[in-house]
Amino acid sequence: MSPGALPISNLQLAGAAALILINIGLSSVLKLGLGRPLLLASLRMVVQLLLIGQVLQWLFQQQNPGLILALSLLMALIASLSAVQRTRHRFSGVYWQSFLSTTAAAALVTGVTMNGIIQVRPWSTAQYWIPLLGMVLGNILNAISLGLDTLMERMLSQRNSLECWLALGATRWEACRPIVREAIRVAMIPTINSMMVMGLVSLPGMMTGQILEGASPANAVRYQIVILFMIASATALGVTSIVALAYRQLTSQQHQLRLDRLIRTSTTSRP
Amino acid sequence: MSTSEHGTSLLSAIGLQCSHQARPLWSHLDLNLKPGDRLGLVAPSGAGKTLLLRALAQLDPLQTGELRCQGRRAEEISMPRWRSTVMLVPQRCAVMPGSVEQNLRSPLQWQEHRQRHPWDRNRVLDWLEQLSRPAEFLDWDAEQLSGGELQVLNLIRALQLEPAILLLDECSASLDHATTLALEALLEQWLQAGSRACVLTSHDSGQIQRFCNRVLELP
Repeated sequence: MSPGALPISNLQLAGAAALILINIGLSSVLKLGLGRPLLLASLRMVVQLLLIGQVLQWLFQQQNPGLILALSLLMALIASLSAVQRTRHRFSGVYWQSFLSTTAAAALVTGVTMNGIIQVRPWSTAQYWIPLLGMVLGNILNAISLGLDTLMERMLSQRNSLECWLALGATRWEACRPIVREAIRVAMIPTINSMMVMGLVSLPGMMTGQILEGASPANAVRYQIVILFMIASATALGVTSIVALAYRQLTSQQHQLRLDRLIRTSTTSRP
Repeated sequence: MSTSEHGTSLLSAIGLQCSHQARPLWSHLDLNLKPGDRLGLVAPSGAGKTLLLRALAQLDPLQTGELRCQGRRAEEISMPRWRSTVMLVPQRCAVMPGSVEQNLRSPLQWQEHRQRHPWDRNRVLDWLEQLSRPAEFLDWDAEQLSGGELQVLNLIRALQLEPAILLLDECSASLDHATTLALEALLEQWLQAGSRACVLTSHDSGQIQRFCNRVLELP
């Protein structure tokens, strides 16, 4: 523990939790109606993190590749499900497509980085694999929900135009190309924006953690650079994959729109 | 494919059926268009006139029945080719950002039209003149056009792609009477220039009487 960060006791955690009273106070003064969701979110965050802390501690001691693989798949599953949960429409097969896109993109990029770039041996060393995968998945999740939501909403709102181009002899790709591009672009913007101001405005969480743990800032920065490139490439892959799959599902090989496959969800939270 | 049997038929539909939101609209519908035909669709609102035009353009999956164009079964023809032959001009016209000319030219870049239909400015200007639009109309911002001007753009964009059958859905609903008559004259002239036919819906019974040689009443 000697070079590590100062340990935080339960009492100190409770002190930090008191900070959320600022949000709750603001919410009640301004009548934002966020009191309950804030409490729930805080509670979930604390419980989930304390649990995962225990799980990770146990997992790191086991160093069992099978367990790590199982946990990775579970993380990918949760990320892909929550990506779809945030969209305003769904269609049958979307969960499966989201899982496929998320898992393939995250596994490819994390695998290449672990083996080819950082060269961790063995590849399944949990203290590298799990946090890196988690960072990548968290960002893919946001990108996929943004990309999917943009694609579906644009196709619905521009339905007349799309059918007009199809009626004039466009292929489904010629008609939908601008919307597909826009969906991928919109999903990539947060990643690009965050890279633009990285270090100037934001010190990323993982880097902060490493520095608190006593790592040299120069080395922590290098890890951060690797991670940002991982995030950028993985979100690009994941979002292109989900948008391409969804576009194929919402059109037919007969160059017809199949927006009847869309089901409206009652969700009010938007990405 | 038996050309002799279908040689005189431009477009035929056998046993089409349509339901909308689980409500059956029409069934066992047969239709046969010969060159020069101007078929008017007559039906109360909500009876499925637009859905019939969409079915002929194959914009929706065909529920039952068979479609043939110039003697060939629909399945033998690629979808973009079918739709550039049996062309629907929808009532609500779509435009993309840019001038009228850019809008007219954009379909010409698609795979289906790239080799077959070059941009023909003089022909377009000629059509515009017949519809009493100035040559500057081409430079106007398409997104600022009025409803009637959009319909002019909509029709000319389709005509330049030289379809064999035009499916016109309320194509003059936003036009004044004089332009409507000019548009009918233009269509008449276009029909005579080749082996062509058209199907139209209109809420204007005068137009059906003036322009159409056949009428199909949907139940």
